[in-house]
Parts: sequence; structure tokens; C-alpha cells
Amino acid sequence: MNKKFRIGTVILAVIVLCVVLFSGCGSGGGEKTQKKQTTVAQPKDNTQAIQDIKQAEKIFQALPSPLESAMLMKSAGARFDRKFLNPVDNAKNYTTQSSQALNLGIFTCDLSFASLYDQTQLIIDYMNAAKKMADGLGILDAINQSTIDELEENINNTDVIMKIVSETFLNSNSYLADNDQPAIASIVLVGGWMEGLYIATQLVDEKEFNGNKLVGRIIDQKLSIEVLQNLLLSNKENPAIGVLITQMDKLKTVFDKISIKTKPIKTEIDRTTNTTILRSEVTTDMSLATFKELTEVVAEIRGTFVK
Amino acid sequence: MRIIRIISVLALFIAIATLNVNAQCKSFAKNECLPKLSPYTHDGNYHAAVLVEGEEAELYKTFYSDMEYRLAVVGESKLPNIEFKVMDENKNVIYSNKDNNYAQTWDFRLENSKQLKLVVKVTPFNKPGDTPASGCVAIMFGFKVKK
Repeated sequence: MNKKFRIGTVILAVIVLCVVLFSGCGSGGGEKTQKKQTTVAQPKDNTQAIQDIKQAEKIFQALPSPLESAMLMKSAGARFDRKFLNPVDNAKNYTTQSSQALNLGIFTCDLSFASLYDQTQLIIDYMNAAKKMADGLGILDAINQSTIDELEENINNTDVIMKIVSETFLNSNSYLADNDQPAIASIVLVGGWMEGLYIATQLVDEKEFNGNKLVGRIIDQKLSIEVLQNLLLSNKENPAIGVLITQMDKLKTVFDKISIKTKPIKTEIDRTTNTTILRSEVTTDMSLATFKELTEVVAEIRGTFVK
Repeated sequence: MRIIRIISVLALFIAIATLNVNAQCKSFAKNECLPKLSPYTHDGNYHAAVLVEGEEAELYKTFYSDMEYRLAVVGESKLPNIEFKVMDENKNVIYSNKDNNYAQTWDFRLENSKQLKLVVKVTPFNKPGDTPASGCVAIMFGFKVKK
């Protein structure tokens, strides 16, 4: 009886240890990157509690989502070309956690791109490829059979498809955030962002470089590179992140050659729509040589993601 | 042995409660914050955290000139007002919902793409001796192509 009791206690202790370790202290936040320890203990007085609280700062580094990246390309007049997407057959090659996370972002971006251009069969194919990555990462029910069925039923309705893509991405990254896997969540975002940048750089015709709206969107990505670096640095304890940090440092050296000069923002309210308009003068400059270098470096890094 | 067992059971309850709080935060974001983005399309990103009275969170994001955006910041009803400020790179305040009766959403568009900083703060109740309230705060973005 005593032996049984001891064994029971040990098993209970092991289970508790596992649950405590794996539950972590995550409190949500897809791109939550710097989270100092927040201890919510019973305070002796309110002043001490407020002091503790002030030290507990949460910082989110928000990259454009794959859906937003695809929408930006379309609004800049990009044409659809499936040869720049990662073929769905490659899905079987991704067996490690980091390759599955990167390609969850990549396939979601490709899915978004296909959705905006009414590529009906590709939409189904890329949703299945994204599902395979999510399943591999243990993301439960992010994309299930009912998602695929709903997609098929609404295959000609772009608005519904975009809503489904948005929901599935939300399911994936909220699952990762809530299960204390911010490093994996950040890798997914990096994959999606790089895919958008890769497709955009590939779609630019160098003969129409000057005044090309898509080039403007590529220049804008300079604004996100530091956000991306901070996102990775806050998760650097993950071995896969170290490789990405080196790759993004290389990418930043190219972005540093692009000039963006801005003047302070002036606000104006459009009373008819109750929308605030943020007006500011911005001048940008990227040479064709820098664009070619950027295209090369992006293709090289993206090549390591999809291999 | 009995003490170890009691401690283990307590730890198990705490761990389960933590998981439950996280799950609640996710469903809170989906059920309470997401609907406020309509008719904009949610970008799919998830930013939510448990914040305590007086606590702040910051978010950095690039916004693009081709888009119209809606920002929604929603806290659980047990929390006091949620204040949010949007600032440019020089920390100039562009918008504060405090001047708009703590509105939960803000619609905006940009002439040129910019990186902006969002600061979200749970205002304190300021009742000495009270345990500070804590709860989920969700931050979400919706977008549509500028007409």
C-alpha cells in the first residue's frame, strides 16, 4: 500500500512537472517579444503593486500578415504568376519544426495570393499544404475538414475566402502564442513576410523600374526589417532563430542602402467617413543596383526556406 | 510524501488555471474584439495579453499608403477603461482614444507608408489597498484597399 502510494505520488509529481513546464506562463500575444516576469501576487498595498506593474512591459512586434502582404502586392498592380509560389509538392519535404513553421507562413502567403486572383484549384491546394504544416506543428484544428469544405463551397467568393484565410492564420498564431511557442509563431511570420517580399521582387520588370508602384511597396518593407529583427532577437534562445537572425542581418545591410526621409505627420479628419488621414511628406530612393542586390539576397534566403 | 502530493495537486490546479486563462484570452479576442473590425478584413495576426491595472503594452507596426485601417483595442469588462495612443517615430501623439471617450476603434489611412507605435494602457482604478484587476486585452487590425 505504502509502495503504491509512493509510486502514485511520483507519477503525480512527474505529470505536474510536465504540465507546469509545458503550460509556461504565456498569456497570449502572437508577436509578444519582450515580456519581463509579471507576478500578480496579493499586494500589501496598492503602491507596491503599481510599481511592480510598471516594470511589467509587453511589447508586440507586428509584421504584415501573409494576407496583408498579398493584398499590398495586388493593390500595387502585381500580376499573378504561379511559378513564383512554392510548389505544394514540396510540403512533404518539411519535417523539422522550423521548416514547417517557415512554410506555414510561406504557404499561407501563397494561399492569400492565389485567393486574391481567383485561382480556385490553387486555393484548395495551398490550403491543404498549409494544413499539413499546421498539423505537423501540432496546431490543433487551425485548419480542419470543415475549413476545406467551407472553402470549396465559397470558392468563387473572394470576400469569404479572405475571411477563411484570415481565420485560419489567426487560429494558428493564437494557438502558438497561447501555448507559449512565441519562437515558432515568429518563424511563421518571417516565412510569410519573406514570401511576400520574394514574390514582389520577382514580379518587378526592371525595364519598368522607375515609377513602379510595386517597387514602392518593396521600399516600404525597409520599415519592417527592424521590427522583424527585434521579433527574432527576443526569441533567440531557439536554435533555428539564430540562423534567421544572421540571414536577416544580411538582408538589412541591403535595406540600409535604401533611403527613406520623412517629415512629421499632420492629421486631418474626413468627417464623412470619420476616418483620420495621416499626411506626411516622404521621399525614398533605391537604385536599380540596390534593387538587383535585394532581389538576389531575398531569393537566396527564400531558397533556404523552401528547399 | 503527503506534503509533496498536496503541493503537486496545487501546482496542477495553477497550471490548468494558467492554460485556461490563455484559452479564455484567445476566445475573448475572437468573440469580443474581432467583430469590431467589420466591415474591414482582419489581417489574421493575434495580439492579446493579460494586463493588470496600470500596466502598459506597446506594439510596433508598419502601415501602408494603399490601405485603409481599423484598429480595435478591447479589454475584458472587469477591467477599467483601456487607453490607447498612436505615436510616430518621434513619439508625437497622433491619436489618443482618451480624447474620444475611450473609443475601442480608430479608423485611419495614410498618405505615405509609416511605422507607428501603439501604446495601450489599462487605466488604474486608484483605490488604495485594492488588489489590481487583471484581464485580457486584445489588439487587432483590419484593412481594406483604399478607394
